[in-house]
Amino acid sequence: MAEILIKGVAKSFGSFTALHSIDLTIADQEFMVLLGASGCGKTTLLRIIAGLESPTQGEVWIGGKRVDQLPPRERGIAMVFQNYAVFPHLTVYENIAFGLRMKKLPQAEVDTRVKRTAELMHIEQLLKRYSGQLSGGQRQRVAVARALAMEPDVILMDEPLSNLDALLRLEMRAELKGVLANSKTTTIYVTHDQVEAMSLADRISVMNGGHIVQAASPVEVYRNPAARFVGSFIGNPPMNFLPATRNGDGRYHVAGIALDGPSQGGAKLEFAIRPEDLTIAAGGLKATARVIEPLGAHTLVTSEVDGKLFRAVLDSDLKVAPGDELSLVPKPDRVRWFDLETSKAVN
Amino acid sequence: MNSKTLPYLLLAPATIFLVVFFLWPFLQIAWLAFSTDGGFTMQHFQTMASNWKFWPTFWNTVILAAVVVPLQLVMALAMAQVVAKLKSTRNTVLYIFTIPLGLSDLAAGIIWLAIFEQSGFLNSMLVGLGIVEKPILFLGYQNLWVIFIAVILAELWRATAIVMVILVSGMGLIPKEYYEAAEVFGAGPWKRFVKVTLPMLRPSIQTALILRTIAAFEVFAVVVALGGTTLPVLVGETFNWQFALNDRNVAAAFALVILAISIAATLVFLRVLRTPKGATL
Repeated sequence: MAEILIKGVAKSFGSFTALHSIDLTIADQEFMVLLGASGCGKTTLLRIIAGLESPTQGEVWIGGKRVDQLPPRERGIAMVFQNYAVFPHLTVYENIAFGLRMKKLPQAEVDTRVKRTAELMHIEQLLKRYSGQLSGGQRQRVAVARALAMEPDVILMDEPLSNLDALLRLEMRAELKGVLANSKTTTIYVTHDQVEAMSLADRISVMNGGHIVQAASPVEVYRNPAARFVGSFIGNPPMNFLPATRNGDGRYHVAGIALDGPSQGGAKLEFAIRPEDLTIAAGGLKATARVIEPLGAHTLVTSEVDGKLFRAVLDSDLKVAPGDELSLVPKPDRVRWFDLETSKAVN
Repeated sequence: MNSKTLPYLLLAPATIFLVVFFLWPFLQIAWLAFSTDGGFTMQHFQTMASNWKFWPTFWNTVILAAVVVPLQLVMALAMAQVVAKLKSTRNTVLYIFTIPLGLSDLAAGIIWLAIFEQSGFLNSMLVGLGIVEKPILFLGYQNLWVIFIAVILAELWRATAIVMVILVSGMGLIPKEYYEAAEVFGAGPWKRFVKVTLPMLRPSIQTALILRTIAAFEVFAVVVALGGTTLPVLVGETFNWQFALNDRNVAAAFALVILAISIAATLVFLRVLRTPKGATL
């Protein structure tokens, strides 16, 4: 059982604040992804949980034990590094065995665990090689096997797939998900790749500027962004935003049409809709098509609504050319609203 | 210009330099050592080996190197660890550590002579503190081991820094992530040093050991300053045969002995500290 509790963790480097009082609970055996652009503090948070960085403030608890003053080796964690950190002077076997030898496990146990995890990661035929004789993907497998062999309560992963090529990344992603689900460990996984985050996570913590903006399931994060940033960061293409003003009758004016909006909230809101939640019908937003990108299953139409960039993912049967006028109707249950001042979602 | 000849042209200056100043003198020395009146002979080696001083000289040199070099390696590792850990004061400490490198070995020998001789600092201090009544003759022929220790101290003081400089640059090449990985996977500071620093520093240690051992076999001025001929060493004897006994052939034979043990030591270090295939960064 290894629930992770992060209480008011803050970190400053000199005058720069990397993390502002983070509170987060990660359930036992949960797969939590920390997602954000570079510099958002996600790696710093991971390193604080690992013990490679100490927080300026706050507490870290793993499995009911306060660990923020303990060295990494006493935290019951294992880690997979971005550059693998597979020791070049040790064979694959000794790399996987490294942590087990540090724990002074008997040789028979070391051997069993090394062979089992090597098999799990499909590297059993590489055990005698050195890392200089391995490809990037193989090194990555060694790094994961080394972490799994520890049978840790918590596995921390720092952008483990970012150095692999696209095809390999896809393959490893699916494999990691399977392996980690079976390993019954709590996983914290740092990435800037939203597709990776969506496909792997039980929950995603979206980070921005040293804050956790939203921590929720992938679908929730996608469908109901808690803040404008989440909507604009997640989804490819991202959400469309248009300014909205409240009418007398409780409806909102958006680019020349009136829409039902939240009854509470300020007079100035922002209307938001995902590009795939638009249909062509009469009485919609007046859009002027600018760029047409047929993607096979869909056609991505980049247009202008009221002088603002506006994207729509439409059926690829649609015949549309640059300069065409379109009327885009948002699906009512998919429309989201954000407060223009706080950037927070308004219901 | 023909692209095939260009590499050779670029190599030419260095090659000419090496041939003129290294290969040619070496061949001359070898010829001197093995020839007499234009014919081949082992006579000079026999003269050298049958001299009563040869084996003491040989063992003095080897034992001196065998004591000094390992001590220097250990000290240099410690010093390099200290320097690598420092942040703002790193360069200052590095400069202080490397000051002795700027002195010639004779000067270093004289500095330590000033400490150990009868009217030296050590005796003045001991007398001043009332520990001894009159100055002690440390460097006399009755106390060969004191001369030995004085030479070791002088050599440690003088030449440890070169080992340290090589190790410091080697340590700088080890990526931080390996230490972090070792830390996460259970290695404390000592284990990190043994399991990460030492093995990854192997190429640097190899270089440093080869350089230092060859230099230790060539120890001369420090020994002369501190012990005169009381503690004979190979280079000292080479000098002696060349200039005091005016026998260039035996001197050349001595030079070849130094060359032989240097090559032997180098081969041992190359073999023992080799990096397995694929085990590089």
